[in-house]
Amino acid sequence: MFIRVVYESFRRQRRRKLLAGVAIALGVSVATAMIAVATDIGDKINRELRTYGANLVVTPDADTLDVEIGGVNLKPAGDGAFLKEADLPNIKGMFWRHNIVGFAPMLPVNVTVDGKQVALVGTYFNKDFKYGNDAYQTGVQTVYPYWKVNGAWPKDASNEVLIGEKLAAETNRKTGDTLVVGGRELRVTGILSSGGAEDLQIIAPLAVAQQILGRAGAVKRVYVSALTKPEDELARRNPDSMKSNPELWDRWYCSPYVNSIAYQLQEAIPHSHAEQIRQVAQNEGTVLEKIRGLMLLVTLAALLASALAVSAAMATAIFERRREVGLMKALGAGNLSVASIFFAEAALLALIGGAIGYLAGNLMAQQIGQWVFQSRIAIQPVLFPIVIGLAMFVTFAGSAASIRKAMRFDPVMVLRGDA
Amino acid sequence: MIKRQGSGTGMFVRMLMRAALVQPGRAASALMAVVVAATVATAMMTLYMDVQAKLRKEFRNYGANIVVVAPEGKPLPADALTNVERVLGGKGIAVPFAYAVARTKEGAPIVVAGTDFERVRKLNSWWAVSSAEYQVPGSGNKPVEALVGVKALQAVGGGSFKLDFDGREQQFATSGMLRTGAAEDSRVYLDLGEFEKWTGVHASSIEIGASGSTAEIDATLRSLSSSLPGSEVRAVRQIVEGEARVLGKTRAALLAAIAIIIVTAILCVLATLTTWVLDRRRDFAIMKALGASEKLINGFFAAEAALLGAAGAVAGFAIGIGVATWIGHANFHAAVQPRWSVFPAVLAGSVAVALLSAVLPISMLRRVQPATILRGE
Repeated sequence: MFIRVVYESFRRQRRRKLLAGVAIALGVSVATAMIAVATDIGDKINRELRTYGANLVVTPDADTLDVEIGGVNLKPAGDGAFLKEADLPNIKGMFWRHNIVGFAPMLPVNVTVDGKQVALVGTYFNKDFKYGNDAYQTGVQTVYPYWKVNGAWPKDASNEVLIGEKLAAETNRKTGDTLVVGGRELRVTGILSSGGAEDLQIIAPLAVAQQILGRAGAVKRVYVSALTKPEDELARRNPDSMKSNPELWDRWYCSPYVNSIAYQLQEAIPHSHAEQIRQVAQNEGTVLEKIRGLMLLVTLAALLASALAVSAAMATAIFERRREVGLMKALGAGNLSVASIFFAEAALLALIGGAIGYLAGNLMAQQIGQWVFQSRIAIQPVLFPIVIGLAMFVTFAGSAASIRKAMRFDPVMVLRGDA
Repeated sequence: MIKRQGSGTGMFVRMLMRAALVQPGRAASALMAVVVAATVATAMMTLYMDVQAKLRKEFRNYGANIVVVAPEGKPLPADALTNVERVLGGKGIAVPFAYAVARTKEGAPIVVAGTDFERVRKLNSWWAVSSAEYQVPGSGNKPVEALVGVKALQAVGGGSFKLDFDGREQQFATSGMLRTGAAEDSRVYLDLGEFEKWTGVHASSIEIGASGSTAEIDATLRSLSSSLPGSEVRAVRQIVEGEARVLGKTRAALLAAIAIIIVTAILCVLATLTTWVLDRRRDFAIMKALGASEKLINGFFAAEAALLGAAGAVAGFAIGIGVATWIGHANFHAAVQPRWSVFPAVLAGSVAVALLSAVLPISMLRRVQPATILRGE
């Protein structure tokens, strides 16, 4: 009997049920899409923040003092300690290897071009690497997305170089010209514009700089671009003081804080010192938190609005059926059985509407991801039960008041149409 | 004729009021739908207009976005800083820097920089200084206080140390240790006045953190170039590009979210109001049976919808401003400016949606005989 009443109610009042179902589906789809976007936006913006360039730098442990003003090194090259190029692939073997967006070694050498002393920096442009079974490419193209090259990027195993735009203007060089540096002929494939010190430098493959310096396999610095977690109380603690507390230490070590990644970089590259570049690293956290907070609050507002809309739709749907309630009660139905029929209907509506809404919301989130970030938005499957639960709750809450009100009416009055 | 017209208007108004008074619950739920939609629309649009300015302020923490550099080997003109400040007009901060290479007592070269600490502290908030308080190295008293980079500290030995520039020796006292992870780590920073007195070298670059939109910064860049002939004025690509990119993505994500939310709110209003009007098909039938003209009935329902839309928009606008202000406080710790320009859009939107949701069912009912409705079929 109970099932038949519910079934017939859906069969006969198709328009009303459809309306309520659509309202629920709409509310749920907005909730799903917004929650998905809000939970994933931190990740997405973190990646966008990598536009600022490297946030970590690895230097030799026994580094000597830099004497550098405005990107011009005033010290003879070949001075001081070096890192080994052979150690670099280890970076992709660290615990947080998936958070390393890219790295670029640097080896600055002072050279003479047309009688003028300039800095030639050896680096990777986009070098192929293999670590275990993972193949990947890394270099300045990944680490410094804001470098603009007018022309083509050089290849890593070649005698091709980039020349900074200011240096190009001073020495009157353009794409396709050759530079004679230390008896070597280097072909200019492009003009580099970075808005920084690089505009006055020559950027060459690392091997070229090593040959000029006469130190095979040497690297002066490694710039690392990593996805990090904003600093919190734990991140600011001194790692040495935590070593006595293994649990705390593990928590610190296994969180992608900029400091714990720096620590792991030091482990991966022997005799090195890794330091965060504070200008980039320190501000990431604040920007990230503001944007994430903003989206969270907007999501909250959206959830509230869709909850109100769904409960309003349910309230009207039930209020319209007070004649039915009157009839049932006149036929002797108790409050409990009337309420359970309505709640069963509401639950069914929430389930169907919620499932459709979840799918639609997924689609919406993907559309936003493609449109804004040109990438997929990760959707946690755990969202499904949460969203369905929310839909149930809101539907029940919206129905409850109306059901109570409908039951309080005198059946006679309702059936006469006076209530 | 005139009298009938008058009583007709009275009747019209009375019927409008009765609609709200006879079934307050139904009218209230319809009104609430409009209020919720208007609130959400107001809050989201206000936020969208304000968020850019709020986020830009956060991005200024990344430091200078414009750099002025003197031609090689020459200092900037003495009035360069005043010129820059005049161009900025209070919308940003300019910090002068002067550099020289001194020698430690072992004879190792070390970069010494002179700057204005009060300003640099505002511009480069990421500078970490180890002493509990950011002690501004004082001037006048000997020895000169210096902020020493973490790598430079190893070279000079810390505490009190001597540096030599061109045969002129100077005694320094370490006031704090500087850590940035970049070139600053290997330098010694002094007050610009002290620096000039010791070395005779003047400021060679000015780092500027200019606030404002991309267009405003471009304009600042141009007027700086024209007011400082001979010096090189350039945008810091790293900062400008990063900011533009992140800001653009955030705005786009917010826009998408807002579009979805507002469309849903509109659909909900449409659904609620349509049911409300459909529910009152008996009123409609009675009016028609009593001989009301189609025009009058349409006018009646339209007026009712417009009133509902307007009332909802006003209430929603007020609440929406409140919501936006709360979000501004919670997230940015700064008030969001109420945007009055949002109001006409919200009002027009609410009235239009309300009208649409009244007109749709009425046009559906027009073809039905009043008797059919009144019989309850």
